[in-house]
Amino acid sequence: MAIKKDPNAKLPEDWRNMPGTVVFNLPFPKEWEDDDLKGMQPIIIRFDYSISYHHSYGQDSPWFAAIANGELIGTKCPECGFTTANPKLACQECGAETKWVKLPKEGKLHSFTVCYFGAEKFLDETPYILGLIELEGVDTLLLTRILGLDPNEPSLDWIGMKMKAKFRKLSQLNPTDVYFVPAED
Amino acid sequence: MVRKVYMVSGGVSKFTKARKDKTFQAIVKEAYDYTVSNLKIPRKEIHQRIEATTASYFSDHFTRQLMAGIMVQDYLGLIPKPSKRIEGGGATGGLNFQTAYESIASERFGLVLAYGFETMSHVNTWKGNEFIALASDVSFDYPVGGFYSGYYAQMCVRHMYEFGTTVEQLAYVSIKNHRNAMFNPYAQKSGRLTVQDVRKAQMVAWPLTRLDICVMSDGAAAVLLADEDTAFELTDTPIEITGVGTGTDAMRMADRPHKDVLLLPHEKTEDYIGERFVGGKLNYPGIHSFRAGRMAAIEAYKNAKITDPLKQIDFAEVHDAYTSSELQTIEDLGFCKYGESGKFTEEGNTFMPGIDYGLDLPKQGTIPVNPSGGLIACGHPVGATGLMQAVFAFWQLQGTIKKHFVAAGMSEEKASVLQLNNPKRGLIHSHAGTGTYVTVSILERPKDVEIVDQ
Repeated sequence: MAIKKDPNAKLPEDWRNMPGTVVFNLPFPKEWEDDDLKGMQPIIIRFDYSISYHHSYGQDSPWFAAIANGELIGTKCPECGFTTANPKLACQECGAETKWVKLPKEGKLHSFTVCYFGAEKFLDETPYILGLIELEGVDTLLLTRILGLDPNEPSLDWIGMKMKAKFRKLSQLNPTDVYFVPAED
Repeated sequence: MVRKVYMVSGGVSKFTKARKDKTFQAIVKEAYDYTVSNLKIPRKEIHQRIEATTASYFSDHFTRQLMAGIMVQDYLGLIPKPSKRIEGGGATGGLNFQTAYESIASERFGLVLAYGFETMSHVNTWKGNEFIALASDVSFDYPVGGFYSGYYAQMCVRHMYEFGTTVEQLAYVSIKNHRNAMFNPYAQKSGRLTVQDVRKAQMVAWPLTRLDICVMSDGAAAVLLADEDTAFELTDTPIEITGVGTGTDAMRMADRPHKDVLLLPHEKTEDYIGERFVGGKLNYPGIHSFRAGRMAAIEAYKNAKITDPLKQIDFAEVHDAYTSSELQTIEDLGFCKYGESGKFTEEGNTFMPGIDYGLDLPKQGTIPVNPSGGLIACGHPVGATGLMQAVFAFWQLQGTIKKHFVAAGMSEEKASVLQLNNPKRGLIHSHAGTGTYVTVSILERPKDVEIVDQ
């Protein structure tokens, strides 16, 4: 039976002669018992895996638009008053629909760490300082990068320090568009 | 609760950095084979009588295999019996244990196998940390510098600020758990450490060093749960599960509110008011405490009729992925008041009796925490961890630690060191990233069941 040649479809002889990419000549004994195969070293292959996502910030999008424009906003519950620094359009305390509110650009350092290692994506940024900021009138904290402190001299004395928000000139539409530095009195 | 539920058996694959010799299905099979080999009726019959299973593993990224649970189910030869996957971050194993419990308590099934695994060696450590960091909010947290050790370090720093907890007190947890693990043949790491060893180890996220943090593992664990009649048919020493509890909290730790402490029966409102607290009163949970852990304890203690945990619980296997999280957790569980865990640990209360740690411990052995060595020493193959805790607690309550540790290749003399003297009630505690899901389960030797002769 003749197979009509489609340039994308493979014929048996094409398949047989495909280039090998993983190993050459993996040995396999001509004669073997069950135990020989069970004692064989495992074969480990390696491959890459990368994906492009279309990640929508959805109802939280105005928060990112705000920091890209040098503003900090959060959400406040009209029923119980609970106010969050990162947005939650439904109140985590009572479930009501919240409203967007302006947030102050100054606050205090609540806690921090210096990361000397990190996830692979951030390894070349180490050592970096992560901090949580208390903002006046806000019930939750804001996780942010802290700049302007020496990552090699961490100290509990940093807690309570006055901090102010700074914004990247060029937005990356990431939460790192806003970062905090010590506020000068 | 409809009817009593018992644990009748358990098994653990030895956790190691990398198991290149087997795929995840075959690693679970090791734990399963051990689980069904220690009972009064032949394994083949138990295999047939298992009515259903529950499977736990945390990350699909590590294996790059969706539906891995069903691949274990068919490898174990348990198709077409009912099964489902349970997932909840680091608490995956504990949630799985409780799901199996519920399926028996509800009278849906009478004999259920819960198995769990994780194979974390398939990517490098820092890619692995990236996968784990994806268990934080990918819009607001992960891009800021996603790193779980960094998240826990911020909690730890606040605990130090609020309560005066010291890095030396953190080191005590590491010393205890690594030392205990020297007598556990299943542990991935062990050793005799000093405070200086822990503090001089490489800094990962200030103030946590490499010796304050658990490592990645490949491993599996399995437990077999049964109703009362089945339990006593399978073993003379079943262990009853007398209470389960679960709690949750906001995914973003920054979103945790600052309110009043959720009290346990033995605590009073006044315990958390006074000058010693920042602002005159303890703001709760903030980031210094795990409200989910406290919620889980409240429910489990109510079920198990525990009103004075320190007196009524003989030991606990808790989630110590970080030394700081063990300190935070023993407060959530009410072994000491909020803020007192550093001192409580330094005094020796959570250490094993009869082991020399090279430390001065005036109150050594009040309530041993992580006799097995915990996650820091045993390893943390996430989906297996909560079940591993159940297995160690089960052997401890049965009085069979020595038998199982000898079977794993340890000398008789060393194998009995971790066996407590006649323990009656133990607690297991499983915890997901920054305290989002937490489970507490209470295991208890029935009154008419004697401890196995030691």
